[in-house]
Amino acid sequence: MGFLGIQGGGGGGFWLPRAASTGAAPVDALFYFILAISVVFFALIVGLMIFFVVRYRRRAGQGPQPSPAHNTPLEITWSVIPLAIVIGIFAWGFKVFMDLATPPANAYEVQVTAQKWSWLYTYPNGHVDDVLHVPGDRPVKLVMTSEDVIHSYFVPAFRVKRDVVPGRYSTLWFEALEPGEYQVYCTEYCGTGHSDMLSKVVVHPPGGFEKWLEDASNLLNTLPPAEAGERLYRSRGCIQCHSMDGAAAIGPTFRGLVGSQRVMRSGTRLVADENYIRESILEPQAQIVAGFEPVMPTYKGRLKDEEITALIAFMKSLAGEKGEEQ
Amino acid sequence: MTAQHATQPAGAVSVPMENALGGENYLNHGRGLWSWLTTLDHKRIGIMYLVSILAAFLLGGVFALLLRTELLTPQQTIMKPDTYNQMFTLHGAVMIFLFIIPGIPAALGNFVLPLMLGAKDVAFPRLNLASYYLWVTGALFALVSIITGAVDTGWTFYTPYSTTTSTSVISMVFGAFILGFSSIFTGLNFVVTIHKMRPPGMTWFRMPLFLWGLYGTAIIQILATPVLGITLLLIIAERLLGVGIFDPALGGDPVLFQHFFWFYSHPAVYIMILPAMGVISELMATFSRKRIFGYAAIAGSSIAIAVISFLVWGHHMFVSGQSNLAGMIFSFLTFLVAIPSAIKVFNWTATMYKGSVWLATPMLYALSFLFLFGIGGLTGLFLGALATDVHLHDTYFVVAHFHYVMFGGTVMGFLGGLHYWWPKMSGRMYSERWGRIAALLIFVGFNVTFFAQFVMGSQGMPRRYYNYLPEFTPYHVISTVGSYLLGLGFLIVLVYLIHSLVKGQPAPANPWGGATLEWQTSSPPPHDNFSREPVVDDPYDVERWRWDEALGGYRRQEQPASA
Repeated sequence: MGFLGIQGGGGGGFWLPRAASTGAAPVDALFYFILAISVVFFALIVGLMIFFVVRYRRRAGQGPQPSPAHNTPLEITWSVIPLAIVIGIFAWGFKVFMDLATPPANAYEVQVTAQKWSWLYTYPNGHVDDVLHVPGDRPVKLVMTSEDVIHSYFVPAFRVKRDVVPGRYSTLWFEALEPGEYQVYCTEYCGTGHSDMLSKVVVHPPGGFEKWLEDASNLLNTLPPAEAGERLYRSRGCIQCHSMDGAAAIGPTFRGLVGSQRVMRSGTRLVADENYIRESILEPQAQIVAGFEPVMPTYKGRLKDEEITALIAFMKSLAGEKGEEQ
Repeated sequence: MTAQHATQPAGAVSVPMENALGGENYLNHGRGLWSWLTTLDHKRIGIMYLVSILAAFLLGGVFALLLRTELLTPQQTIMKPDTYNQMFTLHGAVMIFLFIIPGIPAALGNFVLPLMLGAKDVAFPRLNLASYYLWVTGALFALVSIITGAVDTGWTFYTPYSTTTSTSVISMVFGAFILGFSSIFTGLNFVVTIHKMRPPGMTWFRMPLFLWGLYGTAIIQILATPVLGITLLLIIAERLLGVGIFDPALGGDPVLFQHFFWFYSHPAVYIMILPAMGVISELMATFSRKRIFGYAAIAGSSIAIAVISFLVWGHHMFVSGQSNLAGMIFSFLTFLVAIPSAIKVFNWTATMYKGSVWLATPMLYALSFLFLFGIGGLTGLFLGALATDVHLHDTYFVVAHFHYVMFGGTVMGFLGGLHYWWPKMSGRMYSERWGRIAALLIFVGFNVTFFAQFVMGSQGMPRRYYNYLPEFTPYHVISTVGSYLLGLGFLIVLVYLIHSLVKGQPAPANPWGGATLEWQTSSPPPHDNFSREPVVDDPYDVERWRWDEALGGYRRQEQPASA
């Protein structure tokens, strides 16, 4: 029955996407219960409405027929039955919600930092990434905060969502059912790049996560600086606002940036040398290039010196034509 | 029931039945623009409100069509992301603050309320005019904001985004603050008018249900709007003076704003829907040619909704981090407020039983209301339940839900009321054929537009997204096509209503056979509303009004028909 959309094989149904966490099934069961109740009541009301409109439509020479203007037993019935049903739905919704409210004690913990317009994940060993990699064989708990405005962390396949608020921590947990990649959205409106504030959860098969974390943590030691810089560019959120292809986005492009001459909002001109790049990363509001908004968050304390060096090496590798002079 | 008929001595009065376009009426009682701008006549103020809110509706509707056009493709279609963000903010702010909140009470309510009471005007005509000019002032501030860079916060103004964005938040917020006072003035006026100016014989429980709806609305307007006003001033204080109330960087609490905001804005949902429910009660009785079923339950449920609506604001915040206990209480109260609405729907349906159902244009909108509000209400169950709301919160499911309630409910009620009272307001009939065509087109277009949004929302499509993943494209295309049908429907309404002003048949005093007092005066009414004292009796004894071929309208029978 396509319209009611009870779970199709593998990829989810008409109404709900694929259910990929231990918490999803109870939520879906409630969803389909409410859907069934809604369809029954809707059919009842609209069915009666259509029946009355057809049966008692206005006809020449036939007026309304007498009938009572109220009926206490009937009115009590149609008040009490819906009341009982909605209290049932309330209780069910509350129970499932509470069952999923507390993370299990053995959950693997990852810190999440939201900022306009990227998600950054900090692992227990200090590694930072823009994709959430998790082990597939244990629950995962996210401890989340925001650097700027309110964001919201939403993984449809896991049926979880939680606001991420500046100045406080919020938590969310899930246990994935199977390895795979799952879409993450920001669902609290946060400005220009809100709809690009996407991310992924990568659930590893047993053993896979530990290996990934070890490799990922050693970028600077195992890769040439420009390549490590590109990984950082992708994983630390630079890519959300700075393009590689020469097109201006929310921030200036990185192509041809190093060594080019920049015109500031204040009218001054300077050359984008290594120290300028470093200052722009650590104190983004110090100099704003004409034509851009001062929206970049600071990376002071979040990028190590050698990481900044790698990023600069990456930018230099994007030499391009000298198109950014103006 | 028979006892209610006893108060009116048979054969006492003959009621004026004529069309007054050729004679003295409120439209020609004073000529020139100045006589309108300085009028204290509730009917003229109602008309000025009507023209103004329809202009706002047109503006908000154009924004909506541009938004839907942008969403035809997953990437940029016709505008930049910042423009898109400003436009959905303006669509929401204009539709809510300028159109839907004042829509039924200030435009239709102003015109009809004193007439239904058999009164000459509202209790405070000057306050009424002041309310209109406050609306105009608030609208001007909103326009200034639009011209000077618009707002990009969403109509909800969530902090700390709204206190840190570089767009012109202050003028928009101040506009909403002023519009709040406009709303309070209207509410105050209606409460006093209903308490003090009911005619002898019209007890509370013999009052038309539209007035119960307006009364419940007025209570919310008076009690909840000040909280919005203070909240908006606090935003301005934070932006201008750096006072840390909501921004954590200044030591404030951003979630506090959400509590303040929804303390007003949830009851405001009922400011929007209660008057529409009042309209539907009138339409159901008149066009079923039947006494309204369960009068006391419908009246009581309006007040129950008004009271409980103050206690459910936290259901907008189930994922905000509020405590589980708060979540539980708000979820429970949310389900309670569903019951009075359900009772009304059952009563309206039962009213048609054994009636003589006349599918005139206003009734088509009333039936659309039942259908669409039914879906809007039932989908509220998914959102009221904690576990399912977590998944659906801030997705298109919510967008679809509130459009089914606000548009499918309130706007259908507004359109029904507009078509019902149009002959009374203008003295002319519109084209019934085009009225029905447009009603059908709006009904179909609405469902195509918004049903698709339920599905994409439950599939995970977040709201307020400029770009979206390609898998959602089919839903967005369907939704956009629906919105064009909807736009076409409204265009037809605009054309035939304007056409009716010039070429429409003169309307009789009572074209539909309504039994409330406004149908006892000429169409359009004279400046003082009634040239003869109206006969106050049972507002739902519609069977007493019989079609009179010679009049081209309904005539009141001297003997109660259903006695």
